[in-house]
Amino acid sequence: MPEDLNWAIGGEAGDGIDSTGKIFAQALSRAGRHVFTSKDFASRIRGGYTAYKVRTSVDRVESVVDRLDILIALTERTIHENEDELHEDSVIIYDGERSTMQDVEVPGDATALEVPLKRLAEDAGGAIMLNVVALGAACEVTGFPIENLDESLEKRFGDKGEAIVENNKKAARKGQNYVQEEYGEFDYDMETTDEDYVLLNGDEAIGMGAIAAGCRFYAGYPITPATDVMEYMTGRVDQFGGKVVQAEDELSAINMALGAARAGARAMTATSGPGIDLMTETFGLVATSETPLVICDVMRSGPSTGMPTKQEQGDLNMTLYGGHGEIPRFVVAPTTVSECFWKTVEAFNLAEKYQTPVFLVSDLAMAVTEQTFSPETFDMDEVEIDRGKVVDENEIDTWLDEKGRFQAHFAAADGVSPRAFPGTTDGAHMTTGLEHDELGRRTEDTDVRIEQVDKRQRKVETAREQEDFDYREFGDPDADTLVISWGSNEGALREGLTLLEEDGYDVRFLSVPYIFPRPDLSEEIEAAEDVIVVECNATGQFADVIEHDVLERVQRINKYNGVRFKADELATEIKQTLDTPPEATQ
Amino acid sequence: MSSDVRFTDFKSDKQPTWCPGCGDFGTMNGMMKALAETGNDPDNTFIVAGIGCSGKIGTYMHSYALHGVHGRALPVGIGVKMANPDLEVMVSGGDGDGYSIGAGHFIHAVRRNVDMSYVVMDNRIYGLTKGQASPTSREDFETSTSPDGPNQPPVNPKALALASGATFIAQSFSSNAQRHAEIVQKAVEHDGFGFVNVYSPCVTFNDVDTYDYFRDAIVDLDETDHDPSDRDQAKDKILESEKEYMGVLYQNEDSVPFEEREGVEGSMAEIPDGAPEGAMDLVREFY
Ligand SMILES: Cc1ncc(C[n+]2csc(CCOP(=O)(O)OP(=O)(O)O)c2C)c(N)n1
Ligand code: SF4
Repeated sequence: MPEDLNWAIGGEAGDGIDSTGKIFAQALSRAGRHVFTSKDFASRIRGGYTAYKVRTSVDRVESVVDRLDILIALTERTIHENEDELHEDSVIIYDGERSTMQDVEVPGDATALEVPLKRLAEDAGGAIMLNVVALGAACEVTGFPIENLDESLEKRFGDKGEAIVENNKKAARKGQNYVQEEYGEFDYDMETTDEDYVLLNGDEAIGMGAIAAGCRFYAGYPITPATDVMEYMTGRVDQFGGKVVQAEDELSAINMALGAARAGARAMTATSGPGIDLMTETFGLVATSETPLVICDVMRSGPSTGMPTKQEQGDLNMTLYGGHGEIPRFVVAPTTVSECFWKTVEAFNLAEKYQTPVFLVSDLAMAVTEQTFSPETFDMDEVEIDRGKVVDENEIDTWLDEKGRFQAHFAAADGVSPRAFPGTTDGAHMTTGLEHDELGRRTEDTDVRIEQVDKRQRKVETAREQEDFDYREFGDPDADTLVISWGSNEGALREGLTLLEEDGYDVRFLSVPYIFPRPDLSEEIEAAEDVIVVECNATGQFADVIEHDVLERVQRINKYNGVRFKADELATEIKQTLDTPPEATQ
Repeated sequence: MSSDVRFTDFKSDKQPTWCPGCGDFGTMNGMMKALAETGNDPDNTFIVAGIGCSGKIGTYMHSYALHGVHGRALPVGIGVKMANPDLEVMVSGGDGDGYSIGAGHFIHAVRRNVDMSYVVMDNRIYGLTKGQASPTSREDFETSTSPDGPNQPPVNPKALALASGATFIAQSFSSNAQRHAEIVQKAVEHDGFGFVNVYSPCVTFNDVDTYDYFRDAIVDLDETDHDPSDRDQAKDKILESEKEYMGVLYQNEDSVPFEEREGVEGSMAEIPDGAPEGAMDLVREFY
């Protein structure tokens, strides 16, 4: 029997699929097994097919596979939906006494266990516990110690009172005993270990990273699959002196976060594609007012409302290029659930060091995937905070002009100006989304315009010099085949690599968490024969930027002082751009 | 420095580019007076402005300030105040900014009742874009984009505020300097969202709602027996659409600001140098 076990519970939305799945996943995690969960869900609250899948092993698991060993089917449809993943050793648990399940046809050679889930649950104290009866049955089939399930039930129902916990334990045993008596022994024997794991998803990791990084203000508007970030922060950030505000829309959310950031707080907002669209107007304001802000986009399937509960990595261009005019920004995309934590911490540091918007790009697959980690993966002692060039009343003198005015947009050589939190004596200054001078005052002066655009743009160059915008590398470093990916595909690719290796293919795999600025991959690309970019979208947005990176650089003539091109000026500039003048004509 | 702050300390050295005679001059002076009178100084004050002639106010005043994008000043102000309740936050903008593009935010800012003031320069026209109909323009007011008038009734911002659960609603007139400064001062002092609609005439594009019109039409509530704590009286006055009042229409003396109800204690700017103490508990929760 496989040590790598794939388990699922499926039914209708509203059947408690999620919480039942989570109880089982937690029980496994607490028993020292690694877990990787995934969800099939539709965009409805009741009805419609939904499933919670758990892959578990004593070794780390990083992805989902097309195989189901144990399936708890609360509806007939659950069986059909998963038919292709069932095999001859699969076990299906369902309630044959239910009228809707009487004519169930078990596909292939899978074993069907008819367990009267509802009746046994009623015996234990209430039909509502039928899912737990099924969990007990699953414990018996897999040989998973039911005591571990008990712990998980205590955690889940503890605050509902002792009686409820006891009834649930009883319900689990009813399922267990029924299978034992009616079907005898199974040869699974699920190993447990002494490891202590934590189990969390990408959204929770982002929220946890934000609080660890000192984020104290979060404003957002609910949207799948970003809502979990907000729900995580709610109640928790308060314990650290912070606040979550549910805004009336995303326009408001990003502007509230901007206001909080200007008041000196580390602030964040998170949304998904449609919300990013609404926020776009404010990206430029964040950048020109040089406000540090983390804007998180947990992507889902678009365009428009698209498929809100399905995976896609389609917003890359939006975060790279969204907004009118040109603005410096960072785009960082974690590649694993644990990276969601660390890249969030880094996003806050980048935002404050360079006083820019930082886009933290995640996706639905990562948001809903729960994964086990040893707690040290999130070692809080490793969290570093860099607030950048904040000046207090003691240092502010250095940054005042001859008239005693604070130069909040001082055109520093590295592109980063001093920052004074409101309340700082002598720091009072204006900032505007209009083009402004070093004091933050509106201007249309062509020279000042150029100075400020250049100054803001220099931040990117400075960051390229100071930061390590690197990639993660897997597989054979000398392979002719180079696979490049970003976002949540890393796990599946790593496992895919092992399968390819078994078949004799050597592959080098680069997982890139920095979209802008990004590592220069030209050497790696030149060294390879085949280069494949893997991403969850139709047009290959990351492939586009990478192709663009390795094209030969063209020379450029640019003008951005607010005045249109003139003919003579263009002629002169073109001449200056050309290295060698044309040969004289006779 | 509070004790010797004068209202001119809130003036920046940038000369306003408003048309001579624009109502916004008076509105701004009143705002500066109110801030100085209430013991604030530029270093503890944050002014947020929208876009429009009115929105330029942040540029002409001296304090911590942000001049944002069209219609979004209120959320910025809420964010500032939530993150640092010790700051005096004042938001300002025009009738287009506040009641058209920003109308959604207006309703929600009112009901959220964060302790700040919101001063709207209502000239019943779009000034900066050179004379189109605004949401407070009269139904038959002819403009470049409404040659026969907007053909829809104007919004009543005070009614909107009242319906949204406002705790402070006032009406002011920029040319009545003394009264205007007093009214804004009351809004600043109010514990909660102090909303003041200011008739601030546009001398360039609005030849209907002029200084003369307002001077004739306006009735000072101080000269009536209006009781601002009586919501029904306030409602009646606010719904008298043909009347123009000046003064505090409604004030709920029991108002408790949102940030106080939410238990926000002080500035969120101070954070530890690494992860906060006890952060490992955030991880252990996932066992
Ligand atoms: C998103 C967006 N849409 C439109 C504009 C153009 N715009 C600038 S000011 C303005 C109207 C301002 O009217 P109001 O708020 O009444 O202010 P006033 O100029 O009359 O003081 C408009 C439509 C803009 N800046 N941004
Ligand atoms: S256009 Fe009207 S609102 Fe704008 S500055 Fe001139 S008078 Fe004032």
